[in-house]
Amino acid sequence: MTTLIHLRWKTVIALLVVGVLSGCATTNNNPKDPYEGFNRSMFSFNDKVDQIAMKPAATVYQKVLPTFVQTGIGNFFGNIGDVWIAVNNLMQGKIEDGMSDVARVIVNSSFGLVGVLDVASEAGLPKHNEDFGQTLGKWGFKSGPYVVLPFLGSSTVRDTIALPADFYADPWGYKFPVRVRNPGYAVRLIDRRAAVLDASSLIEDAALDKYEFVRDAYLQRRESQVNDGAANEQKPNYEDRDVSGGSGKDGQPAPTTPAAPVSSGTKSQ
Amino acid sequence: MKITTKLFAILFSISALFFTGSAIAQEAPDVLVKRISLDVLDTAKADKAIQGGNQKRIQALVEAKILPHVDFQHMTALAAGRYWREATPQQQARLTKEFRDLLIHTYSGAIAQIKDQKLQFRPFRASPADTDVIVYSQVIQSQGREPVQLNYRLEKQASGWRIYDINVLGAWLVQTYKGTFATEIGKSGIDGLIVSLAEKNKKLAAGSIKAGK
Repeated sequence: MTTLIHLRWKTVIALLVVGVLSGCATTNNNPKDPYEGFNRSMFSFNDKVDQIAMKPAATVYQKVLPTFVQTGIGNFFGNIGDVWIAVNNLMQGKIEDGMSDVARVIVNSSFGLVGVLDVASEAGLPKHNEDFGQTLGKWGFKSGPYVVLPFLGSSTVRDTIALPADFYADPWGYKFPVRVRNPGYAVRLIDRRAAVLDASSLIEDAALDKYEFVRDAYLQRRESQVNDGAANEQKPNYEDRDVSGGSGKDGQPAPTTPAAPVSSGTKSQ
Repeated sequence: MKITTKLFAILFSISALFFTGSAIAQEAPDVLVKRISLDVLDTAKADKAIQGGNQKRIQALVEAKILPHVDFQHMTALAAGRYWREATPQQQARLTKEFRDLLIHTYSGAIAQIKDQKLQFRPFRASPADTDVIVYSQVIQSQGREPVQLNYRLEKQASGWRIYDINVLGAWLVQTYKGTFATEIGKSGIDGLIVSLAEKNKKLAAGSIKAGK
């Protein structure tokens, strides 16, 4: 019973956010981020929650637990997650990847001691990353504008709509009793946060405007996830419409500086 | 006949000495990237000071092994977009310097996190005539996490192939900074951007000193 209420609560949040967004008249000065006002506030909120709760907990987790325990925990939940990843790969028509994920679950659950050891990766079955949002993207649904969800962070309209499917399909959500399931959720959450602690501190350093940096990087990454890196085969064209200076071949950036790119002290205009 | 061949061989090797500079410069891009990345990775893993997070050591490593192969000016120009042409040469130089320092700091931070990762290079797809290529690699981590995509974009210049964009986890660096640059320049002009970057770099430098690294 509590499972259904728990899952429905998350669905409500997802639907609420979508509802608020569609009714929200935010300042539209950025065509690629029409909900920027809302997103920025959500981002600051999440950042505060992270600073107050998640990051300290994850830092302690990382410092206190021996590495092999953290690895085991990560592997255990990763194994459970592989089930839905397999389903998504199959739904996207990636049969080989999907069967590989199924094999991962079988191998790790048995030889990997209920998933604590990731023997499958060693055996040449790489870990994939798929979710229902990516499946929808593969089926042709465009991502829609950038959305920052409370607690959950960066997303897009399409991926927000896809979230309930991910929640319902989460095998851990069906684990009884509650006194095992809820701590499990918490540990999984902290483990995930700990896994990106280093990366998040890098982003702090690298970004002038953290919100913008995360948004722009996230949107590119999301596209790359949906088409499984195919976009990276294409060289981004950085030409702005109003930069004259010769058009390069399609897909290639034309030189934007008149001077030779070799680092020299003087440039001529 | 034999003497002529020998003479020819000697002449050839002598002349090859003079061309050593350009011979190295013509190293294929994927070979170059593979060489310097593995070099940096191996050095980082073996060096105790780097493993301990010594920022100065890491930055020295980056400056020695990576910097000569990166074209920061081109990177900065692309990130600044159409505003680059509106900048004076002094502004361009300062902007390049600040952006460079920021990237060095970020990259050194990433290297500080190297523990037991391995690098895997994916097949290099480019024809010999290409002057703008992408080299694909992945960082294999332990802990059953998915591999981290790491791609480099290089262009052929007179002094050899040089990196001018990097893709991590699907996001291109230039693309990601373009938005930030444009916003900042829109707000306070190129000088404003230079000042923001300079302040950030000062803070970062102070931070690493404070951390005793």
